[in-house]
Amino acid sequence: MPEIVYPQESGEPVVVDLKDPYWAAFLAWIWPGAGHFYQKRYAKGFLFMICILSTYFFGLGIGQGRVVYASFKPGNLRWQFVCQLGVGAPALPAIIQSMKTKKGGDPYWVLCERFPADYSNSSLAFHKITPENNNNYTGETIKDGFMAPPGGMNNLRRRSRVQTDTLGRWHFEGKHYFEMGTLFTVIAGLLNLLAVYDAFCGPAIITPAQREMLESKKKKKSKKKSKQ
Amino acid sequence: MNVFSIVDLDHLLLAAIPQIWYALPLIVVVSLVYGATRHENLREILAHSLRNAVWCVGFMSIIFFLIWIAGFWN
Repeated sequence: MPEIVYPQESGEPVVVDLKDPYWAAFLAWIWPGAGHFYQKRYAKGFLFMICILSTYFFGLGIGQGRVVYASFKPGNLRWQFVCQLGVGAPALPAIIQSMKTKKGGDPYWVLCERFPADYSNSSLAFHKITPENNNNYTGETIKDGFMAPPGGMNNLRRRSRVQTDTLGRWHFEGKHYFEMGTLFTVIAGLLNLLAVYDAFCGPAIITPAQREMLESKKKKKSKKKSKQ
Repeated sequence: MNVFSIVDLDHLLLAAIPQIWYALPLIVVVSLVYGATRHENLREILAHSLRNAVWCVGFMSIIFFLIWIAGFWN
C-alpha cells in the first residue's frame, strides 16, 4: 500500500495514502471520483465527480442523448467515443447499443422513428415521423436510440449527389447543440483520465527540492547563453 | 414520448446564450480538474485553478482580438 509524502516549504508535509493504486485507478475510471473515495480523499473525489459528471451529462443533455455512441464502421467512424469512454460507466450504454444494432437490429431506449431512405416522398427520407407527416405510414422505420449509433445507411448517393443520412439529420436538427454536446462529453472523458492518473500516482506536487533543482537548471542554462 | 422530445432547445435559455459563452464552464471545469491533479489541499487547488482560468481567458481573449483585427483585412 504505497504512501507518498510531499515535503512542503512550510507546515506539515502532505501525505497521500494510495492504498491499492490499480484498484483505485479502475474505480476512478469506472465512476469519476470513486477511486478517490476509496482512498479517503473525499474532497478531491467530490470535486472530480461533480466537475466531470456535470460536464458529461450537460453535453449528453444538449445533444439530446445522441452525441455519445459507438460506431467504427467505414463511413461512420465515431472517434470521439474513444475520448468519451474515458468517463467510464456513463458511456458504457453506448457499447450495449452498438452491439444491439450491429447487424441491423433496433436499438434499446428508442427516442424517435424516422422515414427510411427509400420512402416514397424522398424529401422526407430520414426525417422524424410526426403525427403531421406520417400519412398512416406502417412500413419499416429507422429508429433513433439513446446513445445508439445513427440507424440506416450512411453517406448515401442518389444519382450524382450525396443524400443526407441520419447523422446528417442529427446535425441539422441539433444545430450547434450536437457539436457542443460532443465537445463537452469528449472533454469530460479526457478530464477523467487526469483523475485516473491522480488516483494511481497521487498529485503531481512539486516539492521544494524539485523546485530548487529546476531553478538551478534554469540558472545554468542562462549562464551558458550569456557566455556564448 | 421521451424526455428529449419535450425539451425544445430553441425555447430554453440555452438558445439565448451566444456560443462563445459555452467556453466558460469548460474553462472552469478544466482549471479545477487540472489544479486538483497538481495539489492535495483544497485551498491550493482553488488558487491554482483561478490562476489557470485567468490565463486561459487571457489567452483566448488575445487570440479573439487578433482574429477580430484580421477580419478588417477581408
